[in-house]
Amino acid sequence: MNLILVTFIILLAFTSYYFGRKKALVIQSSQRLTALPKFYGYYLAAWCAAPALIIFALWSVFEPSIVKTFILQDYTDQNLTKNELQLIYTKVKALAAGTYTGNITNFLDESANKYIQLKGIANSAKVAIILAILIFSLSFAYRSVQKNDRMREPVEIFLKWVLFVASLGAVLVTIGIVFSLLFEAIRFFQAVKIFDFIFGTHWYPAKTFVRDGQPDPELMKDAFGAVPLFAGTFFIAFIAMCVAIPIGLLSGIYLSEYAGRGVRKYAKPIIEILAGIPTVVYGFFAALTVGPFVKEIGNAMGLEVSAESALAAGAVMGVMIIPFISSLSDDVMTAVPQSLRDGSYAMGATKSETVKKVIFPAALPGIVGSILLAVSRAIGETMIVVMASGLAANLTMNPLESTSTITAQIVVILIGDQQFGDPKTQSAFALGISLFIVTLFLNVIALSVVKKYREKYE
Amino acid sequence: MSKIKAENVNVYYGSKQALFDVSIDIAEKEVTALIGPSGCGKSTFLRCLNRMNDVIEICRVEGSIKMDNLELNSRKLDVVRLRENVGMVFQKPNPFPKTIYENVAYGPTIHGIAQSKEEMDQIVETSLKKAALWNEVKDRLDEIGTGLSGGQQQRLCIARAISVSPEVILMDEPCSALDPIATAQIEELIDDLKKEVTIVIVTHSMSQAARVSQKTGFFHLGKLIEFGPTDKIFKNPDNQQTQDYITGRFG
Repeated sequence: MNLILVTFIILLAFTSYYFGRKKALVIQSSQRLTALPKFYGYYLAAWCAAPALIIFALWSVFEPSIVKTFILQDYTDQNLTKNELQLIYTKVKALAAGTYTGNITNFLDESANKYIQLKGIANSAKVAIILAILIFSLSFAYRSVQKNDRMREPVEIFLKWVLFVASLGAVLVTIGIVFSLLFEAIRFFQAVKIFDFIFGTHWYPAKTFVRDGQPDPELMKDAFGAVPLFAGTFFIAFIAMCVAIPIGLLSGIYLSEYAGRGVRKYAKPIIEILAGIPTVVYGFFAALTVGPFVKEIGNAMGLEVSAESALAAGAVMGVMIIPFISSLSDDVMTAVPQSLRDGSYAMGATKSETVKKVIFPAALPGIVGSILLAVSRAIGETMIVVMASGLAANLTMNPLESTSTITAQIVVILIGDQQFGDPKTQSAFALGISLFIVTLFLNVIALSVVKKYREKYE
Repeated sequence: MSKIKAENVNVYYGSKQALFDVSIDIAEKEVTALIGPSGCGKSTFLRCLNRMNDVIEICRVEGSIKMDNLELNSRKLDVVRLRENVGMVFQKPNPFPKTIYENVAYGPTIHGIAQSKEEMDQIVETSLKKAALWNEVKDRLDEIGTGLSGGQQQRLCIARAISVSPEVILMDEPCSALDPIATAQIEELIDDLKKEVTIVIVTHSMSQAARVSQKTGFFHLGKLIEFGPTDKIFKNPDNQQTQDYITGRFG
């Protein structure tokens, strides 16, 4: 029903577009148009679709809760809790849909009938109201078209609002995500002291699990210390950057300054393909190839190496990040004006001197920006760490041992069965928000550095 | 005395020929102006003199260009040495995004000219003085060169070019981005510099060529149409095309 209605509105909008344009051509024969004919079409189409769709959306949002209120009115005298009422409503809906399998009481049956009746009324009312709105708004718009009112401005204003609503949606979703993280994190911090979380050196949430009842507060104190996770995260990111910065920067310099046009044309997309490989592929590459390889080399040298070492995960993550650095730094170095290169060459500088003394310093802010973006990418990377670096949160600075990161622990916490009110589950939100704050901070710095660089040549 | 002697220079950009059999004698410690309409090849020729065309991948130079009997158009030539001897000033001022001091010290640093900090200070000061910029910037040598005004930036670029004491300075329309006052300052500077250096200047302004140069060459469609003393070119040219260009009938 809803689908038919929406399709009908959209089809009608398309039709009115053509109708409006045709009408404009008719008007054109007797008087000067106020805008191009297509604006007449847009005007009619917008007036046709927008009010009807808005009302449709509002109706769809509010109809269920209104129906629910009507149904549950019959139960208000029974002193039921909110959860019980919800259960009854779900039962009524299931019964009405014919999927209910429990005991059917008279009372429930009555409610189900009432529900079906209400739904029927609501549906007819919806169709009637939307048709009425369509007729009203179309005739209003048509009158304007007939009077040859100004068409361009209303259409432009309409478009502005469409764009505004789209951006508003994106912003609201972002805010929603941040707040849901924040609220759950706050609930977590009611159970675990924020001090214990930030400075505790022992992360072992599984031990707080108690089958029934509340976990022991003493256990809580020692189970949610995030220091090993922060240390692991930054440590693996550091290893990754040790791989990615030299290779990425040097290949960026090669691509922008040394490579001929032919080489650059093929080499750059190939390097960028590295960024397109799904991280899960990197993950099993790290877990199945690099990890055992590192272990064997270590064993051959008489070192004790874990099969899931921070080194393997960090190195593979570094490979994944290479294209971010090489591609971005190539871009910023290519953007350094040719006149600076000419100036340097004309002074008798060689290519490497020009790169070292002119191009690189001039591009440095942009390069720093690209590196910071890469770091925030490394910190947020999940799959490689989950697969290759193990899940035990060891506090270690030995790259040959296994360690864990914030992202990997969030995965560990949230896969499988969990109870929502449990501090163990909520700790994922606390980790999430701290990760978010770190990467946000890095991104803000990176963007402001890059922006500063842009102003320099303008 | 002849400083640079070019014979039958042909330049190609890919398959397109940009210069046709250009032969020219550039005299020492004089200002030679190259004039002509846009795209006539005068800048291309200028860039042959310090091998800046090497930067352009598709560019190919044929013929002989000799500076003090050293063949410039040769694979064996040490381009770094050549450019130390032949400085260049570009159309658009292009100081490096470094401090004023570092801009001038750039050449002496990469060529290892100064032995000590004092010597470097001295070179920077002399170069800036020769470029008539010292008085304006002596108190802010550690400010960024790109923060100067257009005319100051161009004089900074000239200071940068003369910091390595080149024998020749090439100027590619050095005043086209400047206002008349800055232009007058640069022209005055050119007049001073020619006591010590040979200058080749490409210009679109005929009055500028007439004011600053001793010899003038007129290029058209990649050919050197006429070359001679500036007085003669401007007052009594041999060639009808030169006459037409000078009097503003085309170009």
